Amino acid sequence: MQIVVDLTRCQGYAQCVFLSPDVFQLHGQEGLLYAPSVPEDQVQRVRQAVAACPVQAILAGEEVAAGGG
Amino acid sequence: MASDTLLARITDYANRPDPYPLYAELRAAGPVVWQADGSALVGGYHHITALLHDPRLSADERSLCGRSASEHKDPSFLRLDDPEHHRLRTLAMRPFGPPHNPGRIDAMRGEIARITGELLDALPTDRPVDIVDDFAYPLPVSVICRLLGVPREDEPLFRGWSDALVAAADVRPGEDTADADRAGREAGSEMRQYLLDLAGRRRGNPADDLLSDFVNEPDPSLRLTDDELGVTATLLLIAGHETTVNLITNGVLTLLREPEQLERLVREPGLLPLAVEELLRYEPPVHMRERAPLVDVEIAGTTIPKGTSVFLVLASGSRDPRAFRDPDRFDPGRTDNEHFGFGGGVHLCYGAPLARIEAETALGALLPRLRTARLADESPPYRQNAMLRGPRHLSVRL
Amino acid sequence: MAGELRDGRIVVVGASLAGLRAAETLREEGFTGSLTVVGDEPYPPYDRPPLSKQVLIGGVPADTTGLPTRRDPDADWRLGVAATGLDLLERRVLLADGESLPYDRVLIATGTRARPWPDAGEAALDGVFTLRTRDDASGLAERLDAGPGRVLVIGAGFTGSEIASACRERGLDVTVAERGPAPLVGALGGTLSQLAAVMHRGHGVDLRCGVTVTALLGDGNERFVGADLSDGTRVEADVCVVALGAVRNVEWLADSGLAAGARGIACDAGCRAFNMYGIVTDDVFVAGDVSRFPHPLFGYQMLSLEHWGNAVAQAEVAAHNMINPGPLQRPHLAVPTFWSTQFGLNIKSVGVPTYSDHVVIAQGSLEARRLAVVYGYRGRVTAAVTVDMAKSLDYYRHLIETAAPFPPPPGAADRAIAADVPIPSDVPDPKGLSHEPVVALTGHLPDRRLMVVQPTR
Repeated sequence: MQIVVDLTRCQGYAQCVFLSPDVFQLHGQEGLLYAPSVPEDQVQRVRQAVAACPVQAILAGEEVAAGGG
Repeated sequence: MASDTLLARITDYANRPDPYPLYAELRAAGPVVWQADGSALVGGYHHITALLHDPRLSADERSLCGRSASEHKDPSFLRLDDPEHHRLRTLAMRPFGPPHNPGRIDAMRGEIARITGELLDALPTDRPVDIVDDFAYPLPVSVICRLLGVPREDEPLFRGWSDALVAAADVRPGEDTADADRAGREAGSEMRQYLLDLAGRRRGNPADDLLSDFVNEPDPSLRLTDDELGVTATLLLIAGHETTVNLITNGVLTLLREPEQLERLVREPGLLPLAVEELLRYEPPVHMRERAPLVDVEIAGTTIPKGTSVFLVLASGSRDPRAFRDPDRFDPGRTDNEHFGFGGGVHLCYGAPLARIEAETALGALLPRLRTARLADESPPYRQNAMLRGPRHLSVRL
Repeated sequence: MAGELRDGRIVVVGASLAGLRAAETLREEGFTGSLTVVGDEPYPPYDRPPLSKQVLIGGVPADTTGLPTRRDPDADWRLGVAATGLDLLERRVLLADGESLPYDRVLIATGTRARPWPDAGEAALDGVFTLRTRDDASGLAERLDAGPGRVLVIGAGFTGSEIASACRERGLDVTVAERGPAPLVGALGGTLSQLAAVMHRGHGVDLRCGVTVTALLGDGNERFVGADLSDGTRVEADVCVVALGAVRNVEWLADSGLAAGARGIACDAGCRAFNMYGIVTDDVFVAGDVSRFPHPLFGYQMLSLEHWGNAVAQAEVAAHNMINPGPLQRPHLAVPTFWSTQFGLNIKSVGVPTYSDHVVIAQGSLEARRLAVVYGYRGRVTAAVTVDMAKSLDYYRHLIETAAPFPPPPGAADRAIAADVPIPSDVPDPKGLSHEPVVALTGHLPDRRLMVVQPTR
C-alpha cells in the first residue's frame, strides 16, 4: 500500500498519528511527516487513519502499474 | 411552526428520539435562525465549517452577553480561547498523544479489546441485555479510569458528579437553571478535589497513567497548576465516557434498525473504520456546541452581534444534503466523510482517537451477536441531554 | 460533441503528480480513448515533497515515495524517454527515441528541474548536488548518511531551508549562503523571513545572508571541499547542495510555436495553451509547475506556481476541459496554497504573499512562533501565512476569495497589538535573491516568447 497526504488540506489534527504512529509522525506541533510506503503490518491501522482524517487528506492505494508500454 | 421556537423544540425531550426533521427545518429556515430568546442557530454544513474555523468565534462562556466571569471561574480548555486554550490543550496533550507521546493510545488497543471481551463474556443470558448499562457505559469508563489513573471502583462516586456537571452544561431554553447550575458547581468542586487528591498521591510515586505524568512533569513551565490540573482531569474523565457511551449505543441501535447494513458489515469487516465515521455523522454523540462572536460577525449576509449565543448544530450539518449525498441514509461504506462528529477547528475533540478505537473494538466484537439480536424495546428511552444525545437504556435480546 | 471528446487519442507529456492526476481524472470523467503518458524519468509517478523532508532526515528511502492512484488510469506509460518536440500542425509529440506519438489533444505537464550551478565544471565536482528527483535525493541522503563534516546549502528558499533543517536534525554542521537579506524573504517578505532567520540560527545553522557563493572548490581530484563567498570568507564543507530554485522544462517546445518561455507556458484559465501570437489553442492544454495562467484575484496577472496543490487542481481542470465542450468547461480559480515543514515549524500559505504591499500579524506572535500573518495589496487581503496555526487558514482563504478589506476585521481572541499595525511587506525584487521564488507574478501578457525573442534580433 502507498499513501500520499494532501498537506495542502491537512490542518494538523494528528488523528493519523494517534491511530498509526509507526507510519505518521508530527514534526513539531503541527507538521506531518509519514512513510509513503506502508509496511504490511501497518495496513489496518492506516485504513483507520484514512477513514478518521477530519479533512480526508490521506489517499491510500497502489502505485501505477507502469510496466506495460 | 415558527422557526424561532426551533431550539425549544430541539431541546424538548419529546423530540429526543428523532430530532432530524427539526434539523431539516432549521436548514430550510436559513443560514442563521434567530430564536425567541435572542440566540441564533446555525445548521448548514458550510456555515458551521466557516464558524468553527473563524478565530472571532469564542468558546468562552464569558464572551456571552449577560454572563459574568464569577459564575464560571475555572473553565477547562473546552471553553477557553487561544492563546490560553492552546497552552492548556498542548500541556494536556503531552502525556496523551503526539508529538510527545504518539503511541500511548495505540498501545491501549490490546487492553481495550480485553475489557471488551470481559464485558461480553459477562453479559446476562437470562434476560435482555441493556446495551448501555451492561456494555456501552462500563467499557469507556474502565478505559478512561485506566488511562487517567482513577480507581474503577470509585465509579459510583464520580458518576454522580459527572451527571450533575453534564446536566448543568445542557441547554434548556426558557427553564430556570439556577438549581442545576448550583449542583453543577458543587459537583465540579468535589470532583476536582477528588482528582487532585488522586494526583497528589502520584507525586514522586508515578504509575503508568496521565495523572502521574501531569504531576511528575519535570519542567515547571510545562506543569499544570493545581487549578488547571483539577479542571483538566475533570474534563477528561467526563468527556472520556459521557460521549463514547452514546457512540457505541447509537451504533448498536442503528445497526439493529438497518439489518442489511449489519449484514454487509459482517461480510466486510474491513468497512468498520468507515462505519464508525458514518455513525459519527449519522447518529453523533454530540449534537451542538455553543459559541459567541467577539465582534459583530457576518455570515451569508446576516450579521450576528457580538456576544450572541450561537448554537452550531453539528448534527444538522452532518445531515446537510449540500455536503453529503443521500444524507439521511446510513451507509457504512461512505467515503470522503468530513462529518462534525468530533466538531472541528481548534476545539476538535481531544479524545477522538480513543473514542474511535473504543467504538470500533466494541462494535466489531459485538457484530457477530447482533445478527441474531432483536430490540426488546423498539422505542428506547433517551437521556434528558439534548447536546449529548443518546439512549439511556437499550434493551436487546441477543 | 461531448461523446466525440470522450474518445480519440490523448497524450500527457509529464509523468509526475500533474500528469498522473490528469490521467486519472480523464478516466473518472469518462474518457474511453487511448491514453499515453510520457515521462523522462524511468520511474512511475512519485511524490517529491518528502524528498527534502523525511527522505533527507532519514528513515524513508528515496525510492519509496511512489504516488498511489485513485484508480488505474489504464494508460500506456512511456517512461524513461523525454519528449523533444511538439508538432502543432501534424499533432504529434516527438520523442527522444525517434518515435512520434499522434494525438487529438495533448496535455503538457513537464514541470521543472532544479536550477543547476552555473559553472558546469564546479557543478560536476563530487559532493555537489541539486535536489529535485528521486535519484538526487537518494544520492544526497547516502552522502549525508556517511556523516560529512559540513554541508553547504546555497540558497535559503523553501527547499534550501528544508535541506538545512534535515541536516541539523541529523546533527550535521550546516552553512547556508543566501544572497537576499534573510531566508524565505522572496516568498514571504520581511516579517516572516526574520522568524526564519531566527529558526535557522536557533537550530544551529551557520546562516550567511547578503552573500553569494563565488566559486565551488575542488581538491584536485574532482572532490568538493569548500566554497568561496563574496564577503571574502571561505567555507570548508564536504557536501554542497545547490538550491537556487527551478527551471521550467520548456526547451523541448522551443520550435513548437507555443508561448513558452522561462516563466513557463502561458495558458488561459481553462488550461488551454496560448500560441506564440497569444491565440489560444483548442487541443493543447497545460497543467502544473510548467504553466503560467491568469488569476482574477491577483489583477489577472499570470501566475507561475510551484505548488503541489496547484498541480493537482490544475490537472483536474485541464483533464475535465480536455473532454468537455466549451460551455461545460471550468476555470482554474483555486487560490494558491502551499506548505513547508522546517525546523519543527509548519508553515502554510494561501493566496500570493508576493502580491502585497503591507502585512499584519493577525493572530499569535513571532515570540510564540505561532502566528497568522495577513498580506494586503492596495487595501484588500491577498494572502495569509500561518505558522503552526493551520486550522485558521480556511478563514483567511475566505477573506482572500471575497477580496476582504485589509487590514482584516478585528476580533480574534489571540489577536496581538501588532494586528493594528500594518507594516510594509518587504517583498524584494526576485533579482536580488539567490533562488527563484516559488510563486511568481509574471505580468499580463500571455506571449512571453515574443518578448524574449525580440530583443535578441
